[in-house]
Amino acid sequence: MTTPTLDRKIAVPLLVPSPEDYLIVSGLAGAARDAGALTNEAANTYLLGGAMGGGLPMGLGLALAQPERRVLCVVGDGDLTMSMGALSTVGVSQPGNLAILCVDNGHYGETGYQVGHTSMGVDLETIARGSGIQTTHTVLSEDDIAKAARALKESNGPVFVWLRVSTEEPPAYKRNFDAVERKNIFRRALLSDDELSL
Amino acid sequence: MTQSPAERPWQDRLYETLRSNHIDLFVYVPDGGHKILINRSLEDASATSIPLTNEAEGVPMLAGYHLGGKRGALLMQSSGVGNCVNQFSLVQTGNFPFLTIVTMRGDFGEQNAWQIPMGQGVRPVMEAMGITCIEADRPDEIEVCASAAVNMAYRSRQGVGLLLSQKLIGAKAF
Repeated sequence: MTTPTLDRKIAVPLLVPSPEDYLIVSGLAGAARDAGALTNEAANTYLLGGAMGGGLPMGLGLALAQPERRVLCVVGDGDLTMSMGALSTVGVSQPGNLAILCVDNGHYGETGYQVGHTSMGVDLETIARGSGIQTTHTVLSEDDIAKAARALKESNGPVFVWLRVSTEEPPAYKRNFDAVERKNIFRRALLSDDELSL
Repeated sequence: MTQSPAERPWQDRLYETLRSNHIDLFVYVPDGGHKILINRSLEDASATSIPLTNEAEGVPMLAGYHLGGKRGALLMQSSGVGNCVNQFSLVQTGNFPFLTIVTMRGDFGEQNAWQIPMGQGVRPVMEAMGITCIEADRPDEIEVCASAAVNMAYRSRQGVGLLLSQKLIGAKAF
């Protein structure tokens, strides 16, 4: 198997050149640092700091509530393999506005770089397709980026991009761990007074 | 002849109470006790009803739905509570409203021993994770229990489990 060489700090911003066009939810750990650095944790960004496996279903819930907005869900490979069934739930609900970006370094980077399943043959693009997500892209080199970036932004159905990166560290972004404050910032920027009171 | 409100099945009255309280997303892992609720939600053109592979998906899904300004509920059997435990962290850490309707097994008159451990564990496990439990035992208290659960969840921003006991549902015969 090809060893991924892309640096996530370069590849993620190239895949999401206009993050302000999305509502963004990320899973914990490295993916939260990718998404946090991307927007400097603007009001359109909500980062998990625990609840591993929760990133994708949280993005799905947001996409269902806001069908007119494009939702970007950034998750690591460990987060995603913990809730693989959520890909099937995306497949059966077919939210046309959900873009999933899996930043896969093949390791549990937060806990000492133990080898993860995707380094041992697990193919997330095949699993995403088999779960009913018809638009999928694997990004292994810079040549793959433009097409995948367009799909994230424009695809009519749910889209899954499997970004395979090296074990370079994620951005050294110091994120806010106050989940209540971040929730209130996100909702106040997005919702009307009537919606806020629901 | 028109049935008086109290004579209509409690499951229908429960569904209508949830809908009149603006719950319009139902995520579920099926259970016999939820059959009417699930079917009503699937037939309801102004609600969304989505099956999950695992109850744990439902907790962050509803949190994401709330981020987007809307109200949902997770329908599951008592065994599903065990699958959700770490995801309850999100409810507590983020003060997210969370509403689950739990059909109980392993309590009043259970005949399948496999259901007992998690059934008896539901309340201590949920309470250990900061989720408040409200139990409904009788058909005539279903609306008041459901309204209480919705209000505590969505007005007080709490995790709330509405437990539908086997006294209410009846114990499955083996």
